[in-house]
Amino acid sequence: MLTRQERAPIVPEEESNTKWRIVVNEDWCKGCGFCYTFCPREVLEKSDKFNTKGYYPPVATNIDRCVGCGLCEALCPDFAIHVEENEEHSKRGGK
Amino acid sequence: MQKAVLTGEMFTQGDIAAAEGALAAGCRFFAGYPITPATEIAERMAYRLPRIGGRYIQMEDEIASCTAVLGASYSGVKAMTATSGPGVSLMNETIGLAAMTETPMVLVNVMRGGPSTGQPTEASQSDIMQAKWGSHGDYEIIALIPSSVQEMFDLTIKAFNLSEQFRVPAFVLADEIIGHMRERLVIPHEDEIEIVNRKKPTVPPEEYLPFKAEEDLVPPMATFGDGYHFYATGLTHDERGYPVMDDETQLALIPRLCDKIRKNSAKITEAKTLETEDAEILLVAYGGESRTAMRAVKDARNKGMKIGLFRPVSVWPFPKEQLKEAAANAQHVIVAELNYGQLVGEVERVIRNEVPVHLIPRVCGSPHTPDDLMKEIRRRIK
Amino acid sequence: MTVTTRSSSDYRHPILEYIRQDRLPHIFCSACGIGTVLQAFANALRSLNFDMDRLVVISGIGCTGRASGYFESDSYHTTHGRAIAFATGVKVANPNLKPVVISGDGDLFAIGGNHFIHAARRNVDMLVLCVNNFNYGMTGGQMGPTTPDSAITVTSPDGNIEHPFNLVSVAAASGAVFVARWTALHARRLTKSLEKALQKKGFKFIEVVSPCPTLYDRYNRHGSGLDVMKRYREISVIRNFTDPMKAEIDYRTRIVCGEFVDTEKPEFTDLLASQAAELQKR
Repeated sequence: MLTRQERAPIVPEEESNTKWRIVVNEDWCKGCGFCYTFCPREVLEKSDKFNTKGYYPPVATNIDRCVGCGLCEALCPDFAIHVEENEEHSKRGGK
Repeated sequence: MQKAVLTGEMFTQGDIAAAEGALAAGCRFFAGYPITPATEIAERMAYRLPRIGGRYIQMEDEIASCTAVLGASYSGVKAMTATSGPGVSLMNETIGLAAMTETPMVLVNVMRGGPSTGQPTEASQSDIMQAKWGSHGDYEIIALIPSSVQEMFDLTIKAFNLSEQFRVPAFVLADEIIGHMRERLVIPHEDEIEIVNRKKPTVPPEEYLPFKAEEDLVPPMATFGDGYHFYATGLTHDERGYPVMDDETQLALIPRLCDKIRKNSAKITEAKTLETEDAEILLVAYGGESRTAMRAVKDARNKGMKIGLFRPVSVWPFPKEQLKEAAANAQHVIVAELNYGQLVGEVERVIRNEVPVHLIPRVCGSPHTPDDLMKEIRRRIK
Repeated sequence: MTVTTRSSSDYRHPILEYIRQDRLPHIFCSACGIGTVLQAFANALRSLNFDMDRLVVISGIGCTGRASGYFESDSYHTTHGRAIAFATGVKVANPNLKPVVISGDGDLFAIGGNHFIHAARRNVDMLVLCVNNFNYGMTGGQMGPTTPDSAITVTSPDGNIEHPFNLVSVAAASGAVFVARWTALHARRLTKSLEKALQKKGFKFIEVVSPCPTLYDRYNRHGSGLDVMKRYREISVIRNFTDPMKAEIDYRTRIVCGEFVDTEKPEFTDLLASQAAELQKR
């Protein structure tokens, strides 16, 4: 079995032209649900796949609605989610 | 600005001598709580420290006092507290933490009668075992016992030096007799006082392992604010200082905490002897009680009896080898102490039934008289 | 869909430079609020660009007592209740250092209660961040000094009959110059209060009400940690500068949050220094 360090990153899924990108560390997620429950824009949902510890991490099913407020990040007790600006979006001149 | 080292002669009290010894050793932080018969040390420190660039703080209890001393020591300042047995009872929690996190600190215990509130103003030597075994778990400390006002000064400096060298709490175990006795004190010139400082890390922060010991079993100690960003915990920890609960970590840590004192005991132990070369009866006494014993030895020698005195100066670690040597010709060993039998057990462990070991205990404030000791000596000399 | 999933080795959360990454994931239960509080503190450090060489994070024993071990600064884990006494020694010995005590309600207000009131009385420069989860979590959920009336814990199986402390009231009465209360849900406002407190001199106290889904909230049938956070949203009201004595904290009715005290008072180590300077002139 691969250790946490050896495990290769999961390749990002298809990028869309949104200003914000939500990054999740599945290894650290303990599935509390704070992020998707309190997201004011209903960007996130509970995933239907569980992680190695058996917790269900969030998925951004509505990333287009994200305004980058970062509440999901601020509330996460496990430092397992954060919001960053999507450089691809900026490069393409998006606002 | 006042001088830290008051070079010269003075007629003063043991408690004051301990305070001056601490300042001469470089102590610049004192946290304490009033208690008889150690309060004079705090009073002296409250007066002296702010005048020489140090800091005194009176805490809300002895637990806080001892803990604040740890905080100060980790912040890079030589620090101490002073108390009596009831205060040590409270400080024992933190003494364990100091042992576990390898914190240099000095604690003066001016012993009074116990248990509990006992006899606050009376002399006693009943905290000898408390000093060694007071906190839970396996650990070692250093304890020195002064027998004069001069030794209150000298041994407080030595306690600081050993504490810094081995990163361990060091006690000055004085009894009320020595604490409150007044006699001549000679304070040498600053340059003549040997000062030992803790080892500092020589590696850059990213390579620093705060609990990785060197050959002497002592790890170099970084200070808060130096940029080393280390973590120290009372939990069992690895060389990084991180808590790890497995057998290997405990097996690496606890024996080292004990062995850094046990294996270095030749560098720490100290004892004084009087007329032991041909002594058929060996008296063992320390602190205030050893003053009586010295007189008894002189009286007995004047009467032609071959009596000698063995006085442990370091009580923990116990000067085993020195005792064996002093007792080489003895047919009886007599231990006189101001308690109901504490150090006698350690003496028995060293003598191992080779000759009888007798105890003359005393549990009421005043010490034995030389006659009390002579009576026991006469019973044993046939 | 722009959710990027990364493994730990190349994951770059903005607070991680303040955290000992080799100790993650941390030991706290799922939906425990302590992690959120730690992140709020790290965010405050980040937004102030705080000098990490001057920071000393100190904690006592218990779940929150583990906090000090996660910060990439000098840090010390004391015995139970003694973090404030240790911090006092640190501050007095080296006034350039900035001690921050992060610990729990039992540690700070039961076994450490005496140290708390006296450090506040002296106005020693330190920040005390208390995660209040109403019970002793590390030892299995026993009642403590903040356990509410009639609450069930393993040592109050028939309902707690003791009167709890109102922590902000204790802090204010003891002399703290800054007193605030938030819940773990108020992570943003908590960060702002932390920023304010970190820049202020004197004894500062911030209480954070936090879920303990494994023990306290389970015994009292509050549902999951998420349910508890939802309940905070329903019942918490923000009333800045309300009298701390009247800052209600009742899970059944309401939790009054806000910054209650923000005042000035000479700080202990400053007073020590100015007195010493006078004495040294003589």
